[in-house]
Amino acid sequence: MLAIQMQGIVKRFGSLLANDHVHFELAEGEIHALLGENGAGKTTLMRILYGLYRPDEGEIRVKGQSVVIRSPKDAIQAGIGMVTQHFTLVPTLTVAENVVLGGAGALLDPRRMQADVRAASQRYGIPVKPDALVRQLSVGEQQRVEILKALARNARVLILDEPTAVLVPQEVEVLFEALNRLRKEGLSVIFISHKLYEVMAVCDRITVLRDGRLVGTVEKSATNQTDLARMMVGRESFGVARQGERAQGEVLLRIENLSARGKKGLTALDNISLEVQAGEILGIAGVSGNGQSELSQVLEGMLKPSSGKVSVGGKDVTAASPGALAEAGVGRIPEDRHASVVAELSVAENLVLDQLEAFTRGGSLDRAAIRKNAEKLIGEYQIKAGPDDHTRTLSGGNMQKVLLARSLSRSPRVVIAAEPTRGLDVGATDYVRARLLEQRSRGAAVLLISEDLDEILALADRIAVIYEGRIMGVLGARDATVEQLGLMMSGTPLERLAETMEAGHA
Amino acid sequence: METFLIGLIAATLRVATPLIFGTLGELFSERAGVLNLGIEGTMFLGAFVGFSVASLSGSLWLGFFAAVLAGMLSGVLMSLLTVRLGVNQHVSGLGITLLWTGISLFGFRLIFGEPSIPPSIDPFKALTPFGQTPVLGPIFEQHILTYVSLLLIPLVWWVIRRTRFGLDIRAVGENPEAADAAGLDVYRIRTLALMIGGGLMAAGGAFLSLAQLGAFTYGIIAGRGWVCIALIIFANWEAAGVLWGALIFGGVASLQLRLQTMGFKLPYELFLALPYLVTILALMIAGRNVSAPASLLKAYRRE
Amino acid sequence: MLRLRLERAPAPLWFRSLIPVIAVPVTFLLTTILILWAGADPLRAYYEFLIKPLASRVSLIEVLVKSTPLLLTGASVAFAFSAGYWNIGAEGQLYAGAIAGAWLGMVLKDVSPVIGIPLMIAGGFLAGVLWALGPALLKVRLNVDEVVTTLLLNSVIVFLVSYLLNGPWRDPVSMWPQSATIADGTVFFKLIPRSRLHLGFLVALVAIGVEWYVLKRTALGLRMRAVGLGKDAARFAGINVNRTMLTAALVSGGIAGLAGVGEVAGIHFHLIESISDGLGYSGIIIATLGGLHPFGVGLAALFIGLIDTGAQTVSQALNVPVYLGTVVQAALLLVTLSLFVLQNYRIRRA
Repeated sequence: MLAIQMQGIVKRFGSLLANDHVHFELAEGEIHALLGENGAGKTTLMRILYGLYRPDEGEIRVKGQSVVIRSPKDAIQAGIGMVTQHFTLVPTLTVAENVVLGGAGALLDPRRMQADVRAASQRYGIPVKPDALVRQLSVGEQQRVEILKALARNARVLILDEPTAVLVPQEVEVLFEALNRLRKEGLSVIFISHKLYEVMAVCDRITVLRDGRLVGTVEKSATNQTDLARMMVGRESFGVARQGERAQGEVLLRIENLSARGKKGLTALDNISLEVQAGEILGIAGVSGNGQSELSQVLEGMLKPSSGKVSVGGKDVTAASPGALAEAGVGRIPEDRHASVVAELSVAENLVLDQLEAFTRGGSLDRAAIRKNAEKLIGEYQIKAGPDDHTRTLSGGNMQKVLLARSLSRSPRVVIAAEPTRGLDVGATDYVRARLLEQRSRGAAVLLISEDLDEILALADRIAVIYEGRIMGVLGARDATVEQLGLMMSGTPLERLAETMEAGHA
Repeated sequence: METFLIGLIAATLRVATPLIFGTLGELFSERAGVLNLGIEGTMFLGAFVGFSVASLSGSLWLGFFAAVLAGMLSGVLMSLLTVRLGVNQHVSGLGITLLWTGISLFGFRLIFGEPSIPPSIDPFKALTPFGQTPVLGPIFEQHILTYVSLLLIPLVWWVIRRTRFGLDIRAVGENPEAADAAGLDVYRIRTLALMIGGGLMAAGGAFLSLAQLGAFTYGIIAGRGWVCIALIIFANWEAAGVLWGALIFGGVASLQLRLQTMGFKLPYELFLALPYLVTILALMIAGRNVSAPASLLKAYRRE
Repeated sequence: MLRLRLERAPAPLWFRSLIPVIAVPVTFLLTTILILWAGADPLRAYYEFLIKPLASRVSLIEVLVKSTPLLLTGASVAFAFSAGYWNIGAEGQLYAGAIAGAWLGMVLKDVSPVIGIPLMIAGGFLAGVLWALGPALLKVRLNVDEVVTTLLLNSVIVFLVSYLLNGPWRDPVSMWPQSATIADGTVFFKLIPRSRLHLGFLVALVAIGVEWYVLKRTALGLRMRAVGLGKDAARFAGINVNRTMLTAALVSGGIAGLAGVGEVAGIHFHLIESISDGLGYSGIIIATLGGLHPFGVGLAALFIGLIDTGAQTVSQALNVPVYLGTVVQAALLLVTLSLFVLQNYRIRRA
């Protein structure tokens, strides 16, 4: 008996085809992995199933019955529950209160609520403390509360969106045990992931998506990590031409034993050491949420590291402010461009915001110079906007060009580019990449952090792979293969690469 | 000494009553995520409406309930601005305070003119549950509304902690996204909380005009609403804390008054300023750890 | 049931500048109910309210007199709000300036106006800065919400004034709760003989002009606006957010202090308890109505000054209680705030 059938699902976002006639089937009592790179369309497909998006085409059947799911409410009614990456819990309420939130009955009896939750917790093997406040719980415990919330609403199908992204290894074990218990109870679980070994550890079947299309569904027993990596990335080899050889240069950016904590207080960067030389691009590859954001924030001066050292051209800039970093010759292209320009200020004002002293004459702003600067940069960087336009009105690509113009026009020695082309159209993407290569040939040291492996391969001279805040190893881009990178991105260190690959082929 | 203490305790309860009403009202608003700086004006409105209706109708209770109703309407206006439209909460609250102050004074002048002797009514009679018994008798010779305010404290605790409505209020004040995801109507819950809060604030004002003074004056509220804003922080947004905060403030205020009438020369203004300064000190020490509802001041809009 | 919802759809920029113009008729329409309650003819009332005060020289000057402290408190609030610092304490900072003015007026006995007046201005400014310092430091150092602290300090300083006037500073001659009359050399001279319009009005205009220059023409002003419009983006661009907010908060306090010293040195000549009576809170209305632009603030302050004067004219002519002015101010604020939000939205069926 099939718990869920999704047939011919099409979802478009503007010109982007996020799901292209995808078929997906979920049996009762199975754990089914949905595997793919970022942007492969996994989450989109599941958001459709949970009623967060409406599909443009296609049909959904629950237990063979055709259904229309318009909202999460409909999904819950159809017995589908989803635990998203962004938890929806109220931190100051107890676990039990969170579980019953939105339920029926005018009065609350804490003892009965807690007993109910305790019973469910034991039945499904999901350990929680019913009377604890959610804010006192670890991320793993919070996730369990989310799962219990879905189960309390009688979910028979549970969607988990990258559930292990926020967990420490011990918590992953607990989660996997719970999933096995749910399977025994006859529930079905959809496990969205891009970590190969986890998928192999816990799932019965695996469906792989790539670029919004179905690659295939395979039984776990009929596949291995290497094959899955190939299905996921879909390239047999990387034939991207290097842009000329580069000479050994001076080390301009040096990162030594850097550690930092992320938003939730968890260790996000764990003892990272990297060097970037003049005239090279060092790419940081990795699956989203493995410390890339924190690394870029530390190097942009927006996050203070907990330990370690960062130096630029021999000068110590550890924990320097954003302004001091810019002064030290670091050009910064941030991950979140919308939060990095002042949307309600004009383009001209945003273009000088980081060096106002240089545009001050006799105590007042030199408005003529600011305007001239804007006109020059707008021309040079092909920004489609006037100097007086509010930055809010610009497209993502033009906003990115404003940030590029602001940082690159100061001829930085080190460039930190975090996801520089995310969300941009083809033209803007090519433009940004060309600018980064230009910085390389100019002799700057470029650190390119990108979840887009194609981008890393097209631009980088060397590739460092980051996994759970640690560097798995650094490869010359010329020698890297898909298997190597795929395995490193899912947690295999460079030195153990050979044995893992042998085991995979065996 | 004994009469001094008994008098002091009785006075403390009297002074604390409007503060308990007001702070419990602010508790509902803030627990649901709205800082209601309209409290000063809503208390003033309650004092005015209560007095006017009682004076025109001859019924104190009718006046009291009219005041509560007016306060609830004030809550609706606050909700319209800050919950529905998402207007800045500080400025809306101050605007509402100004609006009710103006309308109350305007209405009072129209209804009662400018007589040389301010109009007055026979206020609520004090209850004497212990009759002429020494000690307990005079201490508990209090207005019925004082008893109501004291009973409200466990009631509010119960509503917030033990009913689904209370759970909903806590949820929308802390994490409206989560409440929305759980199928709660964030706007509706916040509006109801603001209405209840407004009603309680107005009741505090009505206590002053209908029980304590039997009259309505320009300075009848005199910053008591701002005291409530301080007390709610001091009380850590908990009903029980409201009781202690109001009693301490009431105690200090009545003590200085008593010492003054006994001829002690005191900078009594220092005593009056004390709760404000203590609150600021508490904010300083607690710093970021003050457990204000997390979504206080934030309008909720579904993306 | 018909369900409505707001959908984001920003209005064109020119509409934004029209908002105050639309808000005024809407407000007067709403307050017509009160005028009818008072048994007056609304059209006649509006004439007395808005036109009459402008018709005679005496009342026109009175509008300017009423506007003087409002220009300053409005400028004070707008300056802080521009940098995203929610200073609700202009009321208290005004009192601080007034205390400083009264004190200087007492100690500078036989001072020449050439020295006395500049000292008064500097003293008033400094006192406002000092009263604003605590909440500002708590904000940038400990992230304590400035709204609550500045609001509470407003009440504290009223008690301080009350203490001074009933204690050490009580006028020894009249025994009224007011300070001694300030020295001649510290009195602000009249701009127009035999009127109440004093130097403070000029100070206010200069303050507005300087504020415009700082906000729109200097690096500090651009930094302040950047911080006010987007703290994270400002920090990313290397702006020291805390220092910028601190500067804005302190200067804002200083400007409000000027309003206080002006009322002492130009109008009352001694400190009284009711020297402000809400001028600081009106500053919040004015800053909002003026869209935080100094020139907008100037116009809004003059308009509120007109409403204050007009309320008295209406009261005298038609026996409509003078508090109509307060109601109009409050309603105007709430209507304007709503329009500012609504301009970015369209009401649609859900």
